[in-house]
Amino acid sequence: MRKIIPVILMILIPSIVAVIIINQNERSLLHPPTMDLSMFEHQAVVDHSEFEELQGVFDSAQAVTAACLSCHNRRGAEVMKTAHWKWSREEYIEGKGIVPLGKKNILNNFCIGVSGSEGTCTRCHIGYGWKDKSFDFKNQNNIDCLVCHDNTGTFRKGKGMAGLPDPSVDLPYVAQNVGLPTKQNCGVCHFWGGGGNNVKHGDLDIALLESSKQVDVHMAANGIDMTCVACHKTENHKISGKVYASSSENKDRLVCEQCHTETPHNDKLLNQHNIRIACQTCHIPEYAKVNSTKMIWDWETAGQMDDSGHPAHWNDQDGNHKYMAIKGTFIWDDHVTPEYYWFNGTANHQLIGDKIDITNLPLQMNTLYGSYSDKGDSTGEGCSKIWPVKVHRGRQIFDSKHLTLIQPKLWDKEKGKGAYWKDFDWNVAAQKGMDYLELPYSGEFDFVETEMYWPLNHMVSPADKSLGCKDCHIRKTGRLEELTDFYMPGRDRLVTLDASGIILVLISLLGVFVHSTLRLTSVFKRENNSIKHQKSEQ
Amino acid sequence: MKKVYLYEAFERFWHWGQTLLVLALIVTGFEIHSSYELLGYKLAVQWHNNAAWAFIVLVVFAIFWHVSTDAWKNYIPTINNLRAQLDYYLLGIFKDAPHPSRKRVLSKLNPLQRIIYLGLKILVIPVMAGTGLIYYYFNSPESRLEVSSVEPIALIHTLGAFLLVTFLVVHLYLITTGQTLFSNLNAMVTGWDVMDDNEVKEIIEEAIEETGQKVKSKRSATKRSKEVNDIVADALSETEKKVRNKELASQKTERK
Repeated sequence: MRKIIPVILMILIPSIVAVIIINQNERSLLHPPTMDLSMFEHQAVVDHSEFEELQGVFDSAQAVTAACLSCHNRRGAEVMKTAHWKWSREEYIEGKGIVPLGKKNILNNFCIGVSGSEGTCTRCHIGYGWKDKSFDFKNQNNIDCLVCHDNTGTFRKGKGMAGLPDPSVDLPYVAQNVGLPTKQNCGVCHFWGGGGNNVKHGDLDIALLESSKQVDVHMAANGIDMTCVACHKTENHKISGKVYASSSENKDRLVCEQCHTETPHNDKLLNQHNIRIACQTCHIPEYAKVNSTKMIWDWETAGQMDDSGHPAHWNDQDGNHKYMAIKGTFIWDDHVTPEYYWFNGTANHQLIGDKIDITNLPLQMNTLYGSYSDKGDSTGEGCSKIWPVKVHRGRQIFDSKHLTLIQPKLWDKEKGKGAYWKDFDWNVAAQKGMDYLELPYSGEFDFVETEMYWPLNHMVSPADKSLGCKDCHIRKTGRLEELTDFYMPGRDRLVTLDASGIILVLISLLGVFVHSTLRLTSVFKRENNSIKHQKSEQ
Repeated sequence: MKKVYLYEAFERFWHWGQTLLVLALIVTGFEIHSSYELLGYKLAVQWHNNAAWAFIVLVVFAIFWHVSTDAWKNYIPTINNLRAQLDYYLLGIFKDAPHPSRKRVLSKLNPLQRIIYLGLKILVIPVMAGTGLIYYYFNSPESRLEVSSVEPIALIHTLGAFLLVTFLVVHLYLITTGQTLFSNLNAMVTGWDVMDDNEVKEIIEEAIEETGQKVKSKRSATKRSKEVNDIVADALSETEKKVRNKELASQKTERK
């Protein structure tokens, strides 16, 4: 014993010391994020209600803008450079080169596109009067300052008024009470896109105006109550971050790491996951946590009239539109589990003239690029990561002869102008819409299944609600069951290898069993023999 | 029956440390492989990594020990007696035949053990440690380890795990085939192994034989009686030591 103790100590103590040192070094490298939250507070430095320019009556909304610009004389030019104004960006798409891409020309599988229906769609444009192609994008007075800067909560754009305010709005009152954009300002468009609350994104919902931490840790009223622009930092009206569903280049992104660093966990193993897995994947375990979001939109069923000849309309059991004659059939869902895709930040987009490959359906409106083997450049920049995605599935009109998507004219103020929502004639709506874009239409249409991908970013859950190991590292029914282009411990195995291994172990056990049985019987036999022998000797 | 001190303290510490760590690695490893749920996935991964690092530290010490003590000579493979050893396990053992291989300080292992243990040491364990390290580091950018797919690494690691489980099963059984059911286990715990009188006799005969050889060569070369005397004296004291060992041991058993 005297010999053993020093030997054991000699080995154990250095090992323990080594392990402690290694662990401590790792810990000290990983500091939990300590953020200066005061940066989210903003103190107004002027009182707009005292300005002479904002007193009295404005005879038009444009007059308010002129008043704004009379002091903020550089801001008009700034705003005009932004995607919020242009609804278009120069984006590079692999194989297509640099193309203008934005709400102005993009096709989706919700309301399809704005062209020909600007009068209603531009209710979400930060301008006044974009009712058709004739809109003057150069006139600074057409900028709508108030929709973003109204702090009274009373400013509303009118329905079908091409972005002009509702006549009921008290313009001087709003103009005298302007300030930094609140969640309400951003939400009026970003929550309501696609014709209803939370229709499009699934993670942008009016519920975020007054939410709990369970819904969104960042914007929770009982938490740090961040506004949109607290993250989407803005300089000279250039707002950081882009919606992934309508941008194809991996630039000007807003990422979690900007505040949380690339090593936000006190656990090396978890931090390593960030190399190939977006933060959102684990931290947004579900979306549409309060109100439902649209999952499926089938345009083909549109056009039914009720018994009295009016456009039919009925709701599902949750009170969401189930069927609308103008739009077709919908399926909504809440507390939705995301689907997961490799995504390197770049995407393709199905542009209006692009041919549809009918052998490869559903048609992907905005293919997210990425794969396991795509590890980005030598610095790891642009490395594909696993992302949580809302997939919106639809059936929408296409030219069955030319094999291109169709931009139908959907809206007009009155009947007889060919708008589908008034006249319910697909053929005419298709002709009108394509004529408006000066694109060919064969006169033959059909409906094609489409998918649109919306990478999720909001509705981040509290840490204790984020995904755990077994949500993915499980043989079957894991979250990443569909992503099969890589080996994941706990999910994957080579069945033949496992089976052979088990058989090998079983054979060894069987061998032990047989051998020990034979040994036992041989011992008994020998004992019996010796007893017999002794007896016979006696 | 006599006893002989066969396994020194470090050797036993190494053996049992390895036992503990390999068991821990197997239990946690197969949980990570989703073969069952026991500790919880995260804990299993953490303990698998901890045990792996401890195992590597132990292996480094063991390598040093093997090299510095000549213990590595135990693992030189031999085909002498290999057939006899197989015959013993397959036939002789059922007839209470004597073990064909004798244990010595530098020859503790029978020919089958030599081959299997050498295989473990130079193939299975290095491959397991190597694939384990790649597994641990392949995702870490600072390691600059470029692995296009971890799949082959993972599959080799899984294969090794099954081989180790198989080894464990057979090893656990074969330790019952010593002089008595528990003498091998006992030897690895206390260091003292049981030998029968014949084996003690053999130790002495070997010593006499060896000494005789030495004396013979010296005698023909130098014919100096002092040197011969020294050799004989050395041989005597060494043999005495060995016999004293066995006497001490037998006294112990007698007391019991």
